[in-house]
Amino acid sequence: MTGRLVRIAGPTVVADGLAGAGLNEVVWVGEERLLGEVIRLERDLATIQVYEETEGLALGEPAEPTGEPLAVELGPGLLGSVFDGVQRPLDALAARQGDFLGRGARLPALDRARRWELEPSVRAGDELLPGACLGIARSGPDAHPVLAPPGAGGRIAEVRGGAVTVDEPVVRLEGGTELALAHRWPVRRPRPIRRRLAPDVPFLTGQRVLDCFFPVSSGGTAMVPGGFGTGKTVLEQSLAKHAAADVVVYVGCGERGNEMAEVLDELPKLDDPRTGGPLLGRTVLVVNTSNMPVAAREASIYTGCTIAEYFRDMGRSVALMIDSTSRWAEALREISARLEEMPGEEGYPTYLASRLARFYERAGRVETLGCGEGSVTVVGAVSPPGGDLSEPVTQCSLRATGVLWALSADLAHRRHYPALDWGVSFSLEAERLRGWFEREAGEGFGALREEAMHLLQRERELVEVAELVGTESLQDAERLVLESARLLREGFLRQSAYDPVDASCPPRKALEMLRLHLELHGRAANAVAAGVPLRSILEAGLSARLLRLGSVPAEAIASGAGALRAEIAEAIARLEAE
Amino acid sequence: MDLVTRRVRGAEGIAGPLLFLEGVPRARLGEIVRIRAGGEERRGQIIELTGARVAIQVLEETRGLSPARAEVTLTGEVAALGVSRGMLGRVLDGLGRPVDGLPPPIAEARLPIHGAALNVTRREKPADFIETGISAIDGMNTLVRGQKLPVFSCAGLPAGRLAAQLVCQARVRGGERFAVVFAAMGAPFREYDAYLEAFRRAGVLDRTAVFLNRAEDPPIERLMTPRCALTCAEHLAFGHGLHVLVVLTDMTSYCEALREVALAREEVPGRRGYPGYMYTDLATLYERAGRIAGRPGSITQVPVLTMPDDDLTHPIPDLSGYITEGQIVLSRELDRRGIYPPIDVLPSLSRLMGLGVGAGRTRADHRPVADQLYALYARGRDVRRMAAIVGAANLGEDERRLLDVADRFERELVGQGDAFRSIEDTLELGWKLMAPFPPEALTRLPAAVLEARRKEAP
Ligand SMILES: Nc1ncnc2c1ncn2[C@@H]1O[C@H](COP(=O)(O)OP(=O)(O)O)[C@@H](O)[C@H]1O
Ligand SMILES: [Mg+2]
Repeated sequence: MTGRLVRIAGPTVVADGLAGAGLNEVVWVGEERLLGEVIRLERDLATIQVYEETEGLALGEPAEPTGEPLAVELGPGLLGSVFDGVQRPLDALAARQGDFLGRGARLPALDRARRWELEPSVRAGDELLPGACLGIARSGPDAHPVLAPPGAGGRIAEVRGGAVTVDEPVVRLEGGTELALAHRWPVRRPRPIRRRLAPDVPFLTGQRVLDCFFPVSSGGTAMVPGGFGTGKTVLEQSLAKHAAADVVVYVGCGERGNEMAEVLDELPKLDDPRTGGPLLGRTVLVVNTSNMPVAAREASIYTGCTIAEYFRDMGRSVALMIDSTSRWAEALREISARLEEMPGEEGYPTYLASRLARFYERAGRVETLGCGEGSVTVVGAVSPPGGDLSEPVTQCSLRATGVLWALSADLAHRRHYPALDWGVSFSLEAERLRGWFEREAGEGFGALREEAMHLLQRERELVEVAELVGTESLQDAERLVLESARLLREGFLRQSAYDPVDASCPPRKALEMLRLHLELHGRAANAVAAGVPLRSILEAGLSARLLRLGSVPAEAIASGAGALRAEIAEAIARLEAE
Repeated sequence: MDLVTRRVRGAEGIAGPLLFLEGVPRARLGEIVRIRAGGEERRGQIIELTGARVAIQVLEETRGLSPARAEVTLTGEVAALGVSRGMLGRVLDGLGRPVDGLPPPIAEARLPIHGAALNVTRREKPADFIETGISAIDGMNTLVRGQKLPVFSCAGLPAGRLAAQLVCQARVRGGERFAVVFAAMGAPFREYDAYLEAFRRAGVLDRTAVFLNRAEDPPIERLMTPRCALTCAEHLAFGHGLHVLVVLTDMTSYCEALREVALAREEVPGRRGYPGYMYTDLATLYERAGRIAGRPGSITQVPVLTMPDDDLTHPIPDLSGYITEGQIVLSRELDRRGIYPPIDVLPSLSRLMGLGVGAGRTRADHRPVADQLYALYARGRDVRRMAAIVGAANLGEDERRLLDVADRFERELVGQGDAFRSIEDTLELGWKLMAPFPPEALTRLPAAVLEARRKEAP
């Protein structure tokens, strides 16, 4: 069956003669065989979104359905790779086409020249369960578990040895089904699981303000809205580098090329503390920058998500970072407009909310089909026009996610990074995770957290007063609150992404820092109440010690906190004695 | 239809800037056509193909165009530009044709103006700075080669003067070859005349290619102008190895043309009437800044735009800010107080500054000095706001000192006038402004930086 193009308008085309095609089926479009997907069918007319530039297409050119839905290839060699939104390998494309992206190149996602040695963990005669692990594929320093596809199971007739490429059969089941190292899975269909697990383990980000105040669970979902320049990308990248995950899938969706160049430059040079290898070795990048075809941008988050689920199905904890979901929504809107669908709010299609909700539902901590517990945690950046959170993408995301990390332009202008607005952000999971933190980070975690939030709240109130009467007319006790809150903001909430130590903070260190801050405040408050002038407390220079704790390694804090605590107590006691 | 020449006599209809043809076999999306009617020739581009019907966007004024008498020739080519190094020193129109009375430069290559996306794996991250001679930029928001850093202005502020100053003064250190591509969109005579005069006076025309789309030119041409300019810049940067600074002004005129054309096509309007794809459209321009692995040149963009209604959240600055790597914001308040250039450092940001400054690039103390000045100035501005309410008499000593540094920062460091100031002089001035503060108050300066300073200037 081959159709003919009867309409060409931007990234969508219409072909006739395709009565037998299916929705979401992949179609080769035009003589250059551009990649497209059927998104609407009416009688024999198929509307196709094209994942490559359509300039130069002519009416009457062929449209040839493939019989397969849009799918990704999952197997050894994914880690460390860079793909576009429909999983074309960008490195291999550059080798073939040069510095700029051309059209019509068909390259498999996984390298066909590379050979892997399968170290099987199954034997002929074994009963293979769908989604189970067949063994480990090795090639040079790389080792990669091999999964049976979720649909395939049965008694094993034969296991073959030797060095094979990802598409060569290694296992034959009775009945004839052959399994290779890699398999394909349609991107828009969630991979099956056994069951979902409760969200009571945190996904540790290494960011103090997030882990302590607004934690997200492993398998949870967090959204990061913020106007331009508020630090969404730096935050997503910090998490990609430092979060406690086995695998990171980073989707650069409709954003900058230079940013991705920076990531590609840094990740190979940074060490993964878990494996000792480069961080790039735990990362898969899906990059569809703002100037790449908009339909492929729409597909990119599904491509990324399916890859994330595949690693989850090996029993790994996976972080799926998306920067930015707003660009995905805009791609959806652009295509919807080309289809002349009835626009909803701000021109977005009315199905925006349900698509977004369904997407975030693919996150979760789960019992996998064959490899125990795994998780996909999703962190989605949102880029609201004008920084206005009342817009549709933010509002739909708010209903779909469990944690809000709102970034504030005001804090960013003050160079307070991460510019997390503690007055607006929330975590619906904080309560469930409290037990974990009390157990693992240290007792009293919850109480300290509340005390700190209270201090920040008091500061807010006092600043309003001070703006009317001037700081000079505040009482010493009140000015101490302002000073302590400032110290907490500067020394605890702020965290430099560029300081090698401060870039990531384990929860124990964060707790110790928080404890020191609040202890200093408590003792100082007692001293002020006892009549010690605030000025002399400030001049004792204790705050400078707390300011620099961020760049002190966790071990040094663990061993030195006691001495610092004693020093604080002593200095204040001396002032009280004077 | 003549199949050899692909020429059609008589169009079906016309609506605003769109001309409709029937029965043209093998017409291609994006193809350029020539339209002869009366004694005039116009150009057009195929923007949609439906059944037998072809929609052509006419690139010039359609007033007086009679469809029945039009003769349309399909060229078989998408919009393209002949490019060459000889474009430097030339003044061209918005589509790259000479308007300086000289013959067209001899093309070294003919390239599609829409360009192709750079494969991210071939991108080299931006590095090294471009010295503009403007302290608020070089010192506080450094422009890095390969970056796109827009200027956000308001109506009536001297953005044109600043743009001209950038074209005239900017340079790269280390003797590498440098060129400027300057594109004006929708410029009134008063403006482009002043630009050309400034370039001539400064003697920089030789290293500059000027693309001029005037206010009276049709809006659709305005959409091609930055693309022509960037195609030329890519040829100079990646074909000839030059470091190219591209100044695009005024992007607001560009966006208004985009809206006008979209509405004429009866597309569903998005926020404030601008098309929903404006983000993508702007990205296809701004993303053409950068460097390529293994090639010597670079493209750095400074798009200039006017914020309608002084509104930073208007779609034009908003979408630009989301794509570009920072922004230089001009302030009406500073301008009113006679400070030039009226750059408000607080909302300004160069996201890539870290890649362009430091030892071996500018100076080791650059980043900490900039951070410290920024922090002092930000607090000084807070104090100023408070002083306006509680009165200067109620300020403490620390607060008075902060207020003072904010004033001096604006008058001396930002308000430098038209002079070129080297990065070293900027940093020295910065140290002078910090001198009244005791070391404990300078928390953004690492001990090592303070120590080094103390040794070198006791
Ligand atoms: N955690 C951080 N530490 C230091 N600087 C930061 C941090 N987050 C953001 N920044 C600064 O803010 C700029 C903009 O951040 P970015 O993440 O690109 O913003 P967004 O993606 O929200 O537009 C960065 O280039 C950097 O200069
Ligand atoms: Mg960003």
